[in-house]
Amino acid sequence: MLSLLRNEKVRGILYQLVTVMLFVLFLLYIGQNTMHNIEARGIKSGFGFLNTAAGFDITETPITFGHGSTNWDVFKVGLANTLIVSIYGILLTTILGLIIGVARLSKNWIISHLAAGYIEIFRNIPILLQILFWYNVVLAAMPSVRHSYSFFDSIFINQRGLFLPKPIFENGGWVIGVGVLLAVFGGWAVSRYAKKKLEDEGKEFPVLSVSLALLVLLPLLAYFIAGKPVHFDYPALKGFNFRGGKTFTPEFLALLFALSTYTAAYVAEAIRSGIEAVNKGQKEAASALGLAPMQSLKLVVLPQAIRISIPPIINQYLNLIKNSSLAAAIGFPELVTVFAGTSLNVTGQALEIIAITMLTYLLISLLVSLILNWFNKKMQIKER
Amino acid sequence: MAVYELKPTKQPPLSERGAIAWIRHHLLSSPLNIFFTVLSLWLLYMIVPPMLNWFILDANFAGNSKADCGGGGACWVFIREKLKLFIYGFYPASELWRANLTMGLGALSIVLIALERTPRKLKVTLILLLPVVSYLLLSGGVFGLSHVETSKWGGLLLTLVISFVGIVASFPIGLLLALGRQSKLPIIKTLSVFYIELIRGVPLITLLFMASVVLPLFFPEGVDFDKLVRALIGITLFQAAYVAENIRGGLQAIAKGQYEAGSALGLTYWKQMRLVILPQAIKVAIPNLVGSFIALLMDTSLVMIIGLYDLLSTVTLASTDRDWLGMSTEGFVFVAIIYWILNFGMSRYSKSLENKLDTNNRN
Repeated sequence: MLSLLRNEKVRGILYQLVTVMLFVLFLLYIGQNTMHNIEARGIKSGFGFLNTAAGFDITETPITFGHGSTNWDVFKVGLANTLIVSIYGILLTTILGLIIGVARLSKNWIISHLAAGYIEIFRNIPILLQILFWYNVVLAAMPSVRHSYSFFDSIFINQRGLFLPKPIFENGGWVIGVGVLLAVFGGWAVSRYAKKKLEDEGKEFPVLSVSLALLVLLPLLAYFIAGKPVHFDYPALKGFNFRGGKTFTPEFLALLFALSTYTAAYVAEAIRSGIEAVNKGQKEAASALGLAPMQSLKLVVLPQAIRISIPPIINQYLNLIKNSSLAAAIGFPELVTVFAGTSLNVTGQALEIIAITMLTYLLISLLVSLILNWFNKKMQIKER
Repeated sequence: MAVYELKPTKQPPLSERGAIAWIRHHLLSSPLNIFFTVLSLWLLYMIVPPMLNWFILDANFAGNSKADCGGGGACWVFIREKLKLFIYGFYPASELWRANLTMGLGALSIVLIALERTPRKLKVTLILLLPVVSYLLLSGGVFGLSHVETSKWGGLLLTLVISFVGIVASFPIGLLLALGRQSKLPIIKTLSVFYIELIRGVPLITLLFMASVVLPLFFPEGVDFDKLVRALIGITLFQAAYVAENIRGGLQAIAKGQYEAGSALGLTYWKQMRLVILPQAIKVAIPNLVGSFIALLMDTSLVMIIGLYDLLSTVTLASTDRDWLGMSTEGFVFVAIIYWILNFGMSRYSKSLENKLDTNNRN
């Protein structure tokens, strides 16, 4: 018997059996306590609450939400708001992070130090504080509705938010969509063609400028062919507030700006460390081959740097999505605020609601990391 | 015989040395560069003088009420008047020496732990003893100290307490999780991976909500944690997953030969880990660990959402005081500066550690 215990495999199985038993006992213990507590406190259980009327209103509803809406609708509205602010945030973060990351590596001393200062300041201050600062200080300092900052009489900024003209597609608007699709397809075809040309004839083809031209010209062409099927709905001051157009509330803007300026600092660092991680020999080899600095950057350094930078940038995107839950502090109605906040307070079903919320974030995280890891794999250098 | 005298090397032309060359190369090397220099100088001109005015030149330092603040500058009077609230929260005024003593002891221990020369045994004793001593000092109820409820703890004191407990308590759990994730035993590995990925996939705030509303349901009636303990449990569970990932990074950096050498010496698993693998792995992991501790320090501000009064929430609270309306800017800037100093200090320390520990034995 003792000799059996000296066998590593047997011991391994034994350890695992003990772990499983302890784990199951722990689950049973908290399960039993929870059942008992829920009964004793008279809390309802089960997922029936999802179908009962929510009984409160939500300020920002990207999907229909009205008087008889259920808690399930609350969940959907919250999730939609989370996704919307995350998508805008990721776009803005990428642009800002790229600019700052490149500025950080600039040969210009002032620019690179300004970028370094930006990174050090924004990375070392809690994101919650930044959200509160944007909301309570920056956006609260905007003028009242009557004295809005106005740009070209079509864009307005005031205490109530940002008001933009909204394009409205009439009959035939789909033609423009077709134009955009064609342009995207054209861009893909051009890049294929350019690659083939480079491999066959060794000649370069200006991919970027041609695809950009396609992207601008084709939709524009479609616009005129279809007989200008778009007009803009301009916001206009009516009564006490602006009506029409596209409105972004201060809560949304504060969250968006705070998330993107904060995450951009990390993205910039990822880009910088990616470029610096490229072996010095690579740059030397490039200049030994007679490539100009810009060529060496474009053809040798960046393709390798991007591959190093992608995984940390993916992580930052995931952080941004998770950090969007801090909107609870300023009341932007995303998942945590309305569902894990208001719905929980109204129904009292903490266990179910927290479980659903956590599961949702987990699924989003898994989904995003699956997509981006697939992208990452595609981008990696194919070695033999 | 003609002796060939080496001529002294000529200095480079004036345009290629000294400040002029530096400016030419770093600021004015091309038209684009000149444009960027002008642009950034303009940016600095737009930002720096107004900031300087607001922070110092136009700022108000004297007085004791809002009425003493005029002009367009900052009203630092607000910070001075509310400083006690920001640092100690609602800790009773007569017992403040206990909070001061705790923070002093904490600072002293951290310095001792950070110093290289301190013997390792002393470091371990300090890490283990500090939480106990701090708790007894702050909470009281023994040695004739009056009891101070945790709901009265607040401000910077609370922020530091939460961060410290989070760091110390999450470390052993994270270590076990990291070992579990690297383990050859499938069930243990699965459980560890499951835990780590679950926690890393959800925002801290949902865990805090869970700790504050769901956790009490898990325990028999009568077992009741106070709010602070619940927040601490949430934060520790959260941080443990990140610590585990950092240590795993360290474990993966250790060459396989080290494991094999440990086994060849006949060491048991735990001895092999304790004596051979972990000392190297943790050394590699330290920069990332410090990074996650910085993240934790910043994340403690989230306890505001579940109703604890840490540094950030005491400031938010104070700026809604009727006598001090409109002071939130000063308050937020004050908090930002404190966090910034703490974080920047920690990250500098981690950089210096990284350089010192870089024994370069990884190929």
